[in-house]
Amino acid sequence: MSNIGSYEERVKDFSWEISEKELEYKKGDVINIGEYCTDRVCKMGKGDKPALIWQGHSGEVKTYTFDRMRVLTDTIAQYLKDKKINPGAPICLFMDKIPELYFSFLGILKMGGICQPLFSAFGAESLFTRLEDAGTKAIFTQKKHVGKIRKIIADLPHLEHIIVVDHDGRKPLRERECAFSMEKAEAVEDFEIYPTYAETPSVLHYTSGTTGKPKGALHVHYSLISQYITAKYVLDLTEEDIYWCTADPGWVTGTSYGIIGPWANGVTQCVLDAGFRAAGWYKFIEDHGVTAWYSAPTAIRSLMREGKELVQQHNLSTLRHLCSVGEPLNAEAVLWSTEAYGLTFHDTFWQTETGSIMISNYPGMKSKPGSMGKPFPGISAAVLDLETYEPKQEAGVVGLIAIKPGWPSMFREYWNNEEVYNSKFKNGWYICGDRASIDEDGYFWFVGRDDDVINTGGHLVGPFEIESALLEHEAVAESAVVGKPDPVNMEVVKAFIALKPGYEPSAGLELKIMNHIRKKLSPLAMPQEIEFLDKLPKTRSGKIMRRLLRAKEWGEEIGDTSTLEDE
Amino acid sequence: MPEIKDVILEYVQEEYLEEDDDMEITYDSKLITGGIVDSFSMVSLKRFLETEYNIRIPDGKASPEAFDSVNNIVKLLKEFDVE
Repeated sequence: MSNIGSYEERVKDFSWEISEKELEYKKGDVINIGEYCTDRVCKMGKGDKPALIWQGHSGEVKTYTFDRMRVLTDTIAQYLKDKKINPGAPICLFMDKIPELYFSFLGILKMGGICQPLFSAFGAESLFTRLEDAGTKAIFTQKKHVGKIRKIIADLPHLEHIIVVDHDGRKPLRERECAFSMEKAEAVEDFEIYPTYAETPSVLHYTSGTTGKPKGALHVHYSLISQYITAKYVLDLTEEDIYWCTADPGWVTGTSYGIIGPWANGVTQCVLDAGFRAAGWYKFIEDHGVTAWYSAPTAIRSLMREGKELVQQHNLSTLRHLCSVGEPLNAEAVLWSTEAYGLTFHDTFWQTETGSIMISNYPGMKSKPGSMGKPFPGISAAVLDLETYEPKQEAGVVGLIAIKPGWPSMFREYWNNEEVYNSKFKNGWYICGDRASIDEDGYFWFVGRDDDVINTGGHLVGPFEIESALLEHEAVAESAVVGKPDPVNMEVVKAFIALKPGYEPSAGLELKIMNHIRKKLSPLAMPQEIEFLDKLPKTRSGKIMRRLLRAKEWGEEIGDTSTLEDE
Repeated sequence: MPEIKDVILEYVQEEYLEEDDDMEITYDSKLITGGIVDSFSMVSLKRFLETEYNIRIPDGKASPEAFDSVNNIVKLLKEFDVE
């Protein structure tokens, strides 16, 4: 029997108080995610249970119990306090998936800081944009990533501490840099956790939009109520599970369900800090006896490419529940996984701003391959008319996916950007930015984004940010960026470029421009294809018609071109 | 003329390691599984090889295994008569 039992029954009797009660939380109490993931689990008698089984790329394995994790997170919290970093200060994590990343996350929350995780593959400019906007006070990093921070530090006067977690003394540290070894520091056993409350800020995740700079979605400690119960009902986590979330904590899945949800449930989780290789992933599942697996369509489709024979070469019999997130999981991938693993991947839908799963397929609920599933109990979801923002009542009609505000893990603001925050709410609904329809049985079916944001491998990339960075390349006169269909990543970045006089299109120049973006922004933002044009299509007022270029890539109708210049 | 493996090694060092990164990579260092080159960046490494050696590597051949070390890449290039 699954944790959720019957979805239909659970919808009828659900209230968030169920989660509050299980977590022994009452309105007005202190609630600290760091405490709930460590000290509380130990107090429940699970101190000796493994919390984290970590494996590095060279195969080394480290195991940490909940009690060891409690002490290490206390040690980190005390270190930050000793540095005179105040509660409420944004503190960034800029590390690979090493144990320090996970424990610093909880240590920051324990001392009352706001944790700002950033993907370690970000280039210097992407990093700068986010650190500058947040006014980040300190950053945890590794020596391999310090170089990127050094490039931008001069323009970040508020960044007081660069904490290098693996400094080996071979190269001297510079101004504002300090070495901290979590394992070698004097252990702190009883850090006095900062009394955070329901609405105290906890996590700041940056997300990209169509225009402007990335926005920081601010969450609060009360998000735990959603993350705990969705991890229990959707991921179906139980006491005996060995759980593997493949997401990087630089993104929201990696924190909500790669740290908070599972550990608040007292569940053992595994982390593999290595690049993707199908055989390596299967061996990891086999070696650690993974039972519950939360991954992404891009990874599932990459595994599909490697075929069923590879699956059969490994003993994956411990697996019992599979979920997916990041972009819609196509029916073909659902059917393949059911054949290959004997288990169905359950698609889940949510986003940085929602903080927890909103629409999902549930254990025990009839699966419709390719569907997003149904709203989580307690979540009121609808598709709205594109013009009036009124809920659509007819089955099969496409509209905007919207959620009624008020669930515990809803973001509370965009950092420094009230105007954009307010624009996300229409007619009393939170607008997700995606389009879908609902069938006669209440299942949601994803249609596509409602804007120009590119979803590549489950990560949102803003075209404006890439176009701006392209213009900084010496050869680029004009640029437009769109998503191009891709069989593995759903979409990849494609750039259309008009060159400055004196430059000619060539494979070498294309490669230089690709690398320019990869290093400046991130590998995700790097155009996987560049098409050189004499000039880009524009309106008569001079605005580049990105819509037209996108339609061409997707084989769609180009639509109204009456405003196109030279038409 | 420099050996192919040295050209690739130098390119990887220059393009995929940070200036201040003192990581030492060898012909056998794990590029993909070791996190030096991620799956998105693999596209630019593939494009480099195609441009440098005037070949076309089909997507099916550009697997994480084939790109996981300089020595593996050299082996892959031999299939295209690049030696």
